[in-house]
Amino acid sequence: MGLLGTKEKGTTAVRVALFITCFNDTLFPETGQATVEVLERLGVEVDFPYAQTCCGQMHFNTGYQREAIPLVRRFVEIFGGYEAVVAPSGSCVSMVRELYPMAADLAGDGRLAEQVEELGPKVFELSEFLLRKLGVFDVGAYYPHRVTYHPTCHSLRMLRVGDAPLELLRNVRGIDLIGLSEAEECCGFGGTFAVKNADTSAAMLSDKIRRVLDTEAEVCTAGDNSCLMHIGGGLARLRAGVETVHLAQILASKAEEG
Amino acid sequence: METKKSDAFSPGPTPRFEESAKESLSDSQLRRNLGKATQTIRRKRAVAVDEMPDWEGLREAGRALKERVVRHLDEYLLQLEESVTRAGGEVHWARDAEEANRIISRIVRDEGAEEVVKVKSIATDETKLNEHLEREGIRAFETDLAELIIQLAGETSSHILVPAIHKNRAEIRELFMEELGAHNLSDRPSDLTDVARLYLREKFLKAKIGISGANFAVAETGTVCVVESEGNGRMCTTLPPVLVTLMGIEKVIPAWRDFEIFMQLLPRSSTAERMNPYTSFWTGVSGEAGDGPREFHLVLMDNGRTDVLADEIGRQALNCIRCSACLNVCPVYERTGGHAYNSVYPGPIGAILTPQLVGVGDPGPDSLPYASSLCGACYQVCPVKINIPEVLVHLRGKVVRHKQYMGGPRSKLDPENVAMQMVAKLFSDPQLYEGAQRLARAGQWPFARGGSISRLPGRLAGWTAVRELKPIPQQTFREWWRNRRSV
Repeated sequence: MGLLGTKEKGTTAVRVALFITCFNDTLFPETGQATVEVLERLGVEVDFPYAQTCCGQMHFNTGYQREAIPLVRRFVEIFGGYEAVVAPSGSCVSMVRELYPMAADLAGDGRLAEQVEELGPKVFELSEFLLRKLGVFDVGAYYPHRVTYHPTCHSLRMLRVGDAPLELLRNVRGIDLIGLSEAEECCGFGGTFAVKNADTSAAMLSDKIRRVLDTEAEVCTAGDNSCLMHIGGGLARLRAGVETVHLAQILASKAEEG
Repeated sequence: METKKSDAFSPGPTPRFEESAKESLSDSQLRRNLGKATQTIRRKRAVAVDEMPDWEGLREAGRALKERVVRHLDEYLLQLEESVTRAGGEVHWARDAEEANRIISRIVRDEGAEEVVKVKSIATDETKLNEHLEREGIRAFETDLAELIIQLAGETSSHILVPAIHKNRAEIRELFMEELGAHNLSDRPSDLTDVARLYLREKFLKAKIGISGANFAVAETGTVCVVESEGNGRMCTTLPPVLVTLMGIEKVIPAWRDFEIFMQLLPRSSTAERMNPYTSFWTGVSGEAGDGPREFHLVLMDNGRTDVLADEIGRQALNCIRCSACLNVCPVYERTGGHAYNSVYPGPIGAILTPQLVGVGDPGPDSLPYASSLCGACYQVCPVKINIPEVLVHLRGKVVRHKQYMGGPRSKLDPENVAMQMVAKLFSDPQLYEGAQRLARAGQWPFARGGSISRLPGRLAGWTAVRELKPIPQQTFREWWRNRRSV
């Protein structure tokens, strides 16, 4: 066994903290439930620290960085004690892993910088945790639908999860997985970008939607509900009849539900 | 059609990115021209880069070299001055654009010239040299084909490397017929270039003064280098008896051997070529040989660069070698084009360089760090590994802090600031946060219709203009977890 847990009586005892993210907690509870379902199915013990709120990404990336620093401190206090932290969001994980050091520098707090450096490598996006840490390719899911996958920018270029989500999807039974052209191009969400630069964001979205529709998929999936809310919001406005579903929910689906 | 107007480097306020973007986004011809051009070049670039056995190693070497330059800039610049002087050239130091322009127009006047030929130089666009010379009664002729096109059209560049990327063949044909008096012209590229060539040859042969920019200048030898495709640069730097080069101080490189790295990185990143057609090197003056200029002036310009140098995160923007790979992959640039940035430096690099060079506090440049979804495609292709998203985020922080400190009491009441402060407060305490979740769920009823939110007020209206919004469901995740545990 790698970094996490030890082999006891033939089973792997792994305990993780679920970092749900404020966005999923409030808007997409079903993604959190699916994440718990998948992890527990694989024998992972999931803990949910109630004190968690937000990682501070929206504030930090919009420029309200001093305002984000208390949220960075809270995050480190709440999750610092865990061996591993898992979140169903590449974007929020990349905030913790890639931008917390910058926040600690800005705070001018050497101790915080150390804590952040120690915590960062222990925080995982769901698909990379499953594939790279647990070594699981097949989570035993069944999802008989035509699905296309959008690799979100932060999971792709900041976390470098690579093909991990696709590997997991390929092993889902019943799935008809279809490639998305120009898949790696941003959907135009970008957090407050979608509001501040609403017109440019919409122009990017229209191209993404055109490519999703080209696949004739029923479902567009991704590892981030923020991007999916953006793509899904556009598809819904067009009454396109294509659903957006988080990767965790596909992985949690089983035969009797399918 | 876009005509010349004030940009971030001219006096007075400039429009915000989002306002200018609105205009260009609705130009279907522009969208088509840009989409076609950027998609083609980025596909070619990917091929040119993939064939390199150790591209990542090269990028790292390029980054390290540029970082060394920036760290010891003072030493390398003095060494460059010494080397250029030794080779018979004269070095001038310009604190800002105005000083650089004054130095150059003095050299032109001393020579008694009324016309100059120029090889594409963004530094002279930054200083508005052409306008300055015009006021002094001197005509500047751009000799790069694309620069000539936009000069004839009275427009500004919209791309670092392909300044007329926003124009197609048919538009150029019309322009040449109107401005250069060409008759019965087809829109075949070879016919268009023939017309331009004839026009430019005459300028080259007549000119007493050539003005160039510089891609690199070697501290060790005093050699200046221009990398180009058309040969106009070679003409400008060799035919006129007097040559003036304007370069930003960050363009110095330590040694001749450093070209090994940069000449592998630059052409592949910019034009997707293994090697560009023309690379000109010159060291001082021609001397006895008689070939090349008898007089050479190198103008080293700061114009805000030392301010950039003082910023530990922002200074990586000075590593830029102007390849424009970041523009070609940027999903924002691809749709808005370069003019929306209102800066001679458009695209992702412009969004981090411009606000730093002109300083925070002008609404136009201040809007540039926000002209990005932070998708990171630019960082992935940058040949000298400038972490553009990191600098964008850093600059957003500077913009907000500047507003908060310098904006007076009114800035506290800015709706965005009020909202951000309030939400930060809610996130600081789980009880307040849970209360806010319940409140938002209860308060959304005026907007939620049939399981969807189709219209939102105020600043959020931009979202619902083209997207539905999912209402907040009846149960948060934490409520579900709490119930599950208590069962």
